[in-house]
Amino acid sequence: MSSVLGMEFMQNALIAGLLASLACGVIGSLVVVNRQVFMAGGVAHTAYGGVGLAFFLGLPVLPCAVGFTVLAALIMALASFGRSERSDGIIGIMWAAGMAFGIILLDLTPGYNVDLMSYLFGSLLAVPRSDIWLMLLLDVFILAVVLLWYKDFLSLSFDMEFARSTGVPVRLLYVLMQVMTAVTVVMVIQIAGLILVIALLTIPPMLAELFTDSLWKTMALATLASLFFCLCGLTLSYQLDLTSGASIIAVATTGYVLAWGFKSLRRRT
Amino acid sequence: MHAHDHSCPTCSGHGHPLIPEPHFKPLPGTGVPVIELQGVSFAYDEREVLSGVDLKIASGDFMAVIGPNGGGKTTLVKLILGLLAPKSGTVRVLGADPLSVRPAVGYVPQHALIQPSFPVTVQEVVLLGLRRQGGLLSRGRWPGYHARDKAKAMETLRMVDMADLATRRFDALSGGQKQRVLVARALVSDPALLLFDEPTSNIDPQGKVCLFDLLSALSSSITIVMVSHDLISASTRISSVAVVNRKLIQNRSRELTPAMLELIYGTHDASCPLDEYIKGMSSIFGQAGPRSSV
Repeated sequence: MSSVLGMEFMQNALIAGLLASLACGVIGSLVVVNRQVFMAGGVAHTAYGGVGLAFFLGLPVLPCAVGFTVLAALIMALASFGRSERSDGIIGIMWAAGMAFGIILLDLTPGYNVDLMSYLFGSLLAVPRSDIWLMLLLDVFILAVVLLWYKDFLSLSFDMEFARSTGVPVRLLYVLMQVMTAVTVVMVIQIAGLILVIALLTIPPMLAELFTDSLWKTMALATLASLFFCLCGLTLSYQLDLTSGASIIAVATTGYVLAWGFKSLRRRT
Repeated sequence: MHAHDHSCPTCSGHGHPLIPEPHFKPLPGTGVPVIELQGVSFAYDEREVLSGVDLKIASGDFMAVIGPNGGGKTTLVKLILGLLAPKSGTVRVLGADPLSVRPAVGYVPQHALIQPSFPVTVQEVVLLGLRRQGGLLSRGRWPGYHARDKAKAMETLRMVDMADLATRRFDALSGGQKQRVLVARALVSDPALLLFDEPTSNIDPQGKVCLFDLLSALSSSITIVMVSHDLISASTRISSVAVVNRKLIQNRSRELTPAMLELIYGTHDASCPLDEYIKGMSSIFGQAGPRSSV
C-alpha cells in the first residue's frame, strides 16, 4: 500500500479528494438546506458546455469549465431569483442547452479523441498537479466567502424574507451561492463526473444533517463524511479495478442508507 | 398582565414576565404615529393591489389588518418594512423612511416561508434576529456568537416561555412553539413595532390562544400590527382594526363597520348564505352587520 501511496497520481488523487470534499461539505450543505439540489444538477450539466468549449478552443479544461459554468450559474441565479414558480423551467432549459452546446462543440472539434467517459463519470486517478493548485485556490475562495458572511448565509437559508427585512444583502448572497456551487461542481466533476456530481454534493450533507443541530456542524461533518467516502471509494476502485467516481458514490449511498437506518432505529428506542 | 389558566403544551400557561421597554420609540409628546401611509398605491406590473391607501397607527396600538387572500395584506407589510417602494404616496415608520428605522421593526413572517427542516437550534434562531453592526465585512457576520448576545437571546426566550427548549432543534417544535420562537427572534432587537404576517397559520386552536395571550402581554409596551385573513383569531384582544382589499378602511375601535364588511365581502342578498356568515363575523367583532343589498 505504501508503494501505491508513493505514486504521484495516487497522491494527486488523495489531495484532490480532500479539496473536493471540503468544497462539497461546505457548499453541499448550503445546497441541501436551501433545497437547491435541482439547481445544482442544472449547473453540473451546463458545465459540459464548458468542457466542450475547452476542447473546441484548445484551452485547459478546468479553468475554461469554471468560467463557463460560473457564467451559466449567474444567468440561472438572476433569472430564477424571486421567481420560484418559474425557476425549475429556467433550470431545465439551461441544463439541456449546456449539454447540447458541449456535445455540438465536441462534434465540431477536429481530431477529437478524448475520453468522454472521464468527464461523465469522473477520473480521480487522472487529476494532474496543475489542477490541484487551481482546486486549492477555489477552496480558499469558497471558505473565505462562507466564513465572511456565515450568519447572513444562515439567515437567508433559514428564512429569506426575514433576512431581507433585517438588511441582509439577500440577492447578492444568493447569486454568490450559485457561483460557489458552480465552482464546486466543476471541481467535483474531476472526481465523480458530471452525472454523479450531484450525489457527492448532496449525500454527505444529508447524512450530516441527520446528526447535527447547526449549519457549521453540518458543513464540518459533511466534509469529513465526503473525505471518508472518497478514500473508501478510491481504495475500492484500485482494488477491484472499478471506475473511481462510481465507486465513491456507491460507498456514499451505502453510508447514507446505514446512517439513516441507525438514526431511525435510535428514534424508536 | 393577562394569563390563561389552561394546561397547554405550547406554553406553560402561567403568563409571561414583564416585557422590557423597547430601545426605539417615537419621541414622547411629538404625536408622531408609529406608522403613517398617505395616498399609497402599489402595483405588480400592471396589476394594482393597493390604491390610495391612508393608514395611521398610534403608539401602543394593537391593530389587526384583515382582508381576503390577494387583497394586498402582505404587500402592505412589505411597504411598511421598506422591502417594496410605493408607486405613489408616502410611507413613514416612526416618522422616518422605513429603511432608516429597520432595527426598530420586529417582523414575524408567515410560517410557510420558513424552511421546514433545518439544522438550527431554537437559541440560534433567536440570535439571527440580532442586528449586525458594521459593514459587509464586519466581524459580526462571522461564525460564533458573543456571550452577551447569547444571554440576550435566552432572556428573550424566557419572555415567550421557550427558554427550556433553547437547545432543541427548531424543526422538532410544534407549530405554536415555532411561532413563539419567531416572536422571540423579532423581539431580541428590542423593537418599537412588531409586524406579523398571518400569525395564526399552521397553529392549532390551543396554540392560537397561547399566542394571543403573549401578544396581549406584549401590546402593553410595543405597538403591534398583524395582517390576517383569519377573522375569528384576529378579533380577540385587539384594540383597533383595518380591512384591506385594494382599498383600506381603518377603525380606531375593534368594530367592523358595514363599509368595512362590504369592502371584504361585497354586498349580498339576504337569501345568500354568505350574508349569514358575514352577520356572524360582524357579531364577533361587536357590530350589527353589513347593509344588505335588498
